[in-house]
Amino acid sequence: MGEPATHAAVEATARESYGRLLAYLAARAGGDLASAEDALAEAFLAALRHWPETGVPERPEAWLLTTARRRLIDAQRRGQIRIEAEDELRFAMETAASATQAEGGFPDERLGLLFICAHPAIDPAARTPLMLQTVLGVDAARIASAFLVSPQAMGQRLVRAKSKIRAAGVPFRIPGPNELGERVGFVLDAIYAAYTVDSAEDSEAALAREAIILARFLHHHLPTEPEAGGLLALLLHCEARRAARLDADGNYVPLPEQDVTRWNRTMIHEAEITLAGAAQLGRMGRFQLEAAIQSVHARRLAGGPVSWEAIALLYEALVRHTPALGARIGRALALGKARGAEVGFVALEELSVEALTNYQPYWAARAELLRELKRQPEAVVAFDRAIGLSQSAAGREFLRQRRADCLGGGSP
Amino acid sequence: MEYMLIFTESAADYAKRDNPAEMQSYWGAWGAYVNAIEQAGITVTGRGLLPPDTATTVRVRDGQRQVHDGPYAEAKEMISGFFIINVPDLDTALEWAARSPSSSYSSTEVRPVMPPMAP
Repeated sequence: MGEPATHAAVEATARESYGRLLAYLAARAGGDLASAEDALAEAFLAALRHWPETGVPERPEAWLLTTARRRLIDAQRRGQIRIEAEDELRFAMETAASATQAEGGFPDERLGLLFICAHPAIDPAARTPLMLQTVLGVDAARIASAFLVSPQAMGQRLVRAKSKIRAAGVPFRIPGPNELGERVGFVLDAIYAAYTVDSAEDSEAALAREAIILARFLHHHLPTEPEAGGLLALLLHCEARRAARLDADGNYVPLPEQDVTRWNRTMIHEAEITLAGAAQLGRMGRFQLEAAIQSVHARRLAGGPVSWEAIALLYEALVRHTPALGARIGRALALGKARGAEVGFVALEELSVEALTNYQPYWAARAELLRELKRQPEAVVAFDRAIGLSQSAAGREFLRQRRADCLGGGSP
Repeated sequence: MEYMLIFTESAADYAKRDNPAEMQSYWGAWGAYVNAIEQAGITVTGRGLLPPDTATTVRVRDGQRQVHDGPYAEAKEMISGFFIINVPDLDTALEWAARSPSSSYSSTEVRPVMPPMAP
C-alpha cells in the first residue's frame, strides 16, 4: 500500500475514532489526559511508519490501542505517569485488547472525558477548548481562531488544564446520581459555549456543528437528564435557521422577519421531539426554557403569527430560573411585542445600567424600543452605541439601516 | 493521592473561638468535623493553628535576618488549620473540603501534596 493511501486511512481513523480512543486510554491512565494523548499521538505516528509496509490492519483502532497501550506502560515504567494501582492498568488494558478483538469495537467512554473536561476544578475558559480538542479531535489552531486568541495562548491554556488534571488528580469518572445534575450543568455550559463562540459571523472557524455533535452525544448517553435534551433542542432550533439569518445580499435578517421556507424543517422537527421528551421528565431548566422560546418562534412554519404573550411568559420563567442579562433583555423585548413598547421599555429600564455599558444586546434592544416609542433622539444615541459595540459586519449594517429608517429617510 | 486541606478563616471567625455566645457552636462544628475525618481513616496528619496575631515571619536577605511580628501577608482570610488526607482522587478530597465548617463561612483550599522526592 502506498503512502497516500496510508495517510488517508490514518486520517479516516483519526476522524472517526480519535475521541473514543483517547477516552478509552485516559480512563485507563487514571484520567491522565496528557499522557493518554502523547501515547495516542505516538501510536498514530507509528501507524504512518508501519502501515505502508504491512498494509492497513483489519481493525485499525485495535492496532492503535495496542500500540498506545505499550507507550503508556513504558511511560509508567519510566515514572512519567503516576498511577495508584499499576497492575490495574495492565490488567484493564489486556482485557480491553481482547474485548476489542472479540467485538470489533471497544467501549465508548467519551462521557467520562466530557466530565473531566468540564470539571469545576478546571479553568472555565479552558473547558470548551479542552472538550473540542480531546473529544472531537478539533485541532488547536482552529479552536484558537474561533476563540479569537493566538494559537500559542490557546496551546498554553490547554497544556495548563491538562497539567492541572494530572497534578490535582481530577478523576476519570461519571458523577454519581447525587452530583450528576450539578456536574451536567458544567458540561452543558461548555457545549453551549462551543456553539455561541464566533457564531456572530458565519466564519469557517465556527464550531456550531461540533457543538451539536457533543450535545447529541450527551443527550444520547444521559437520556434522563432533561437539560441535555433541552440544550440539543435549543441548538437544533438555532442551527435550523442558519440559512435564513442572512438574505441573498448578505444582510442580517432578524428572527421575526426571516423567510421560513429557508428554515431546516428536519432539524426543527428533531428539536421539537427532543424538547417534548425532555419536558416529560418533569424537571424544567434554563435550556429547556430557551428551547421552548425558540419552539414558539418555529410555529410560524405552520403559518400562524408568533405568540409574543407565550414568549414573554417563557422569558418570565427563564429570568426567574437564571436571571442573566441576556434573558432579562429578551424578556423586555418580548413584553414590548406582546403588550406594547411602553411596557417593554419599563422592563428594560429596571435593569441596572452599570453592567450594561458595554453590552451590545442591551443597546440594540433599547434602540428598538425607543424607535417604536418614536423617541427619536434617544433612539439614535442607542443605535450608535449598539453599532459601536457590534462584533459582526452584518449586524452593524442592519443596525445602521434601522437607525436610518428611524430618522425617517433612506441611508444617511 | 495525598491532598492538603487548607482551612482559612476571617478575623471575625477567629473571634468566635473565645466569644462566649459563639464558641460552643464554633468548637462543636470543628470537633464533629475532626472526629468524622479521623473516623474515615484517611488522615495522614492535621492540626489547627493559633490566630494570625501570634504569628512571626522571618526573611533572610543578604545574610541578614529580618523578623517581623505578624503573618507573611495580611489577608481577609488567614490559614486556621490543615489536614493532609490520603484519598483516591480530587473529587473525594473536594467532598471532605466541602464538609469543613470553614467552607461554609470562609473557604478551604485543596492542594495535592508533592510526592516524596526520589532518593
